[in-house]
Amino acid sequence: MVLTAFFPTCCASADSGLLVGRWVPEQSCAVVLAVVHFPFIPIQVKQLLDQVRQDSQVGVAVLGTWCHCRQEPEESLGRFLEGLAAVFPHEPWLRLCRERGSMFWSCEATHRQAPGAPGEDQVTLIFYDQRQVLLSQLHPPAVPPDRQVGADPASTGGLAAVFHTVARSEALFRSDRFDEGPVRLSHWQSEGVEASILAELAKRASGPVCLLLASLLSLVSAVGACRVFKLWPLSFLGSKLSTCEQLRHRLEHLRLIFSTKKAENPAQLMRKANMVASVLLDVALGLLLLSWLHGRSRIGHLADALVPVADHVAEELQHLLQWLMGAPAGLKMNRALDQVLGRFFLYHIHLWISYIHLMSPFVEHILWHVGLSACLGLTVALSLLSDIVALLTFHIYCFYVYGARLYRLKIHGLSSLWRLFRGKKWNALRRRVDSCSYDLDQLFIGTLLFTILLFLLPTTALYYLVFTLLRLLVVAAQGLIHLLVDLINSLPLYSLGLRLCRPYRLAAGVKFRVLEHEARRPLCLLMQINPLPYSRVVHTYRLPGCGCHPQHSWGSLCRRLFSGELIYPWRQRSDKQD
Amino acid sequence: MRCGRPSGGKPVMEDEQSFSDISGGRLALQRRYYSPSCREFCLSCPRLSLRSLTAVTCTVWLAAYGLFSLCENSMILSAAIFITLLGLLGYLHFVKIDQETLLIIDSLGIQMTSSYASGKESTTFIEMGKVKDIVINEAIYMQKVIYYLCILLKDPVEPHGISQVVPVFQSAKPRLDCLIEVYRSCQEILAQQKATSTNP
Repeated sequence: MVLTAFFPTCCASADSGLLVGRWVPEQSCAVVLAVVHFPFIPIQVKQLLDQVRQDSQVGVAVLGTWCHCRQEPEESLGRFLEGLAAVFPHEPWLRLCRERGSMFWSCEATHRQAPGAPGEDQVTLIFYDQRQVLLSQLHPPAVPPDRQVGADPASTGGLAAVFHTVARSEALFRSDRFDEGPVRLSHWQSEGVEASILAELAKRASGPVCLLLASLLSLVSAVGACRVFKLWPLSFLGSKLSTCEQLRHRLEHLRLIFSTKKAENPAQLMRKANMVASVLLDVALGLLLLSWLHGRSRIGHLADALVPVADHVAEELQHLLQWLMGAPAGLKMNRALDQVLGRFFLYHIHLWISYIHLMSPFVEHILWHVGLSACLGLTVALSLLSDIVALLTFHIYCFYVYGARLYRLKIHGLSSLWRLFRGKKWNALRRRVDSCSYDLDQLFIGTLLFTILLFLLPTTALYYLVFTLLRLLVVAAQGLIHLLVDLINSLPLYSLGLRLCRPYRLAAGVKFRVLEHEARRPLCLLMQINPLPYSRVVHTYRLPGCGCHPQHSWGSLCRRLFSGELIYPWRQRSDKQD
Repeated sequence: MRCGRPSGGKPVMEDEQSFSDISGGRLALQRRYYSPSCREFCLSCPRLSLRSLTAVTCTVWLAAYGLFSLCENSMILSAAIFITLLGLLGYLHFVKIDQETLLIIDSLGIQMTSSYASGKESTTFIEMGKVKDIVINEAIYMQKVIYYLCILLKDPVEPHGISQVVPVFQSAKPRLDCLIEVYRSCQEILAQQKATSTNP
């Protein structure tokens, strides 16, 4: 039978002693956690193991002996080691031996009470880096065992059991060689327990800081939730402006970061860390933008350029309408309808230009204050930009709505009169098309109206097409800005940084390497952590974004455009209407 | 066949044989028997040939020179050089696989490693508890029917079902004779493993 023994690389140079670890019977695998050195008193070793078992719910026991012969092998040591098997009974009993001047090891496992003759098993030795295995997390995470008394963490299979054993046995690694305890252990921390002053200070300071900031944030959210904002104009604005959405999102993040509850599992801790990194990056980029905007009076230049740009856009729209009122692309329009629609839209543009000119003295001040909002984060500044674009192109939105309503009215009329033309009608009760006998007068007027609507269709359709294309252009520009905001919101920077600098922390699995092999020696393998690829890191740890994704597929979008229904391509998370 | 004989009893066997892949290129299969329960198979693909590299570079540069003579913009030439260099680096790091290795260890599992021409190695390890069987399967690949070796994984829900099929030596694509050699060795180890798992 083949037995696998996991041995920590840090104990390869330790002095002779006892092997302490956990035996997993289902996989015939022994995980060695530490080496207990001579001299020791067996009672104290047993007490230590009992305590560790209670603290960590891991079934640690003495697995065997470890013999590191620096000088000539001693006869008495050999017999002493064999006597220990009687003091610490364990099935099977491992005997690892490393000879002086040889890099090959010998390893035996004996069964005392096996049925039949007591025999020896073949052992495969696997070296593992204890620190890396302790700190790493397997993805996908194995189902974590419940922390109950007597619950066996061996329900996780395979290598996950090894990872769990090492991770749970922190109690065994707490003492180092400078402690004055009764038992001297060798493990990854035996040269000195690892700690960081900054981490300890941060832990102590985080308590009161979190409390203070959490109370501040609850104050801000209480102000935001007060009744004034639930009244109609403000609540409508609040749901439509993407800036409010982004601010709400960030407030949610900050509340989660500074909540006084501790993170329950590693996934929540990573989430918090990613949020902190995202907020910090956001604020840093925002401050960069702020310094760029406010230096060398760029805001003044921007404000000076804004009004002529709006004027230019309005002039181009006027040219477009003049073109439509003539013979656009060689098509012949219905003169009267063309003139009516064209003059109607031209008057709107005239109103819009007057409005812009009225606002022009205040633009610089508004822009200056808006620029200050960049210190809340680049995402807030970008959302504001998107809202400003929406406000400045409000006339295009109005034209689109007029054109779409007119077109839709026409299409409805046409379809209903087409049914009349064929002698059918729509049965609203049964929701189907039924045949119907009409009077001659009804048929006559219906056919007349049908003809009128049909011949006026190209004009309306052309206006609808032009304004829909303009609207889609504006929506595409807004969509790009939203995409950038979503990217900054949801990118897990902390996880990516961890994957770059400490790849063993995020493990997709393990990999083995066969070490120098000699015949008649046990097979020695080195187990290393196989890090998670970057795409899976982003996929696993991405933060939930604003929820602004297109709600329609391309097919349904085209269908809605064709029938003239209004489209709202970006669905906000809080939008309840259909 | 080469046998190493250090001071000791059984030799560590290493063996190298030459096979061909589905399009006729030459493959070298190296087998190492570390112990009765651990074997490694290493398949080396043909290297990047200087001829194809020169051909691609000449085509790209001729096209760039043609564009340059049309547009008189010297940025096109520098862009072509840049693109060629980046393309070559990307090809060596992400596409060109030099060697594929299959390591099978009786009680632990099966490990597949692909080493790229730039030195990058990508490893996958499948635990023995998840492996149902190793089989040779047929597949339709473009206009050919080829044989490939694959690992069948157990379904956790259904005891006789298969949850996934993992193909081995995907980029080397050896022919049936090479696959039969690897298959026989792997089946010996799997039989051993099944025997030990049924007798506790």
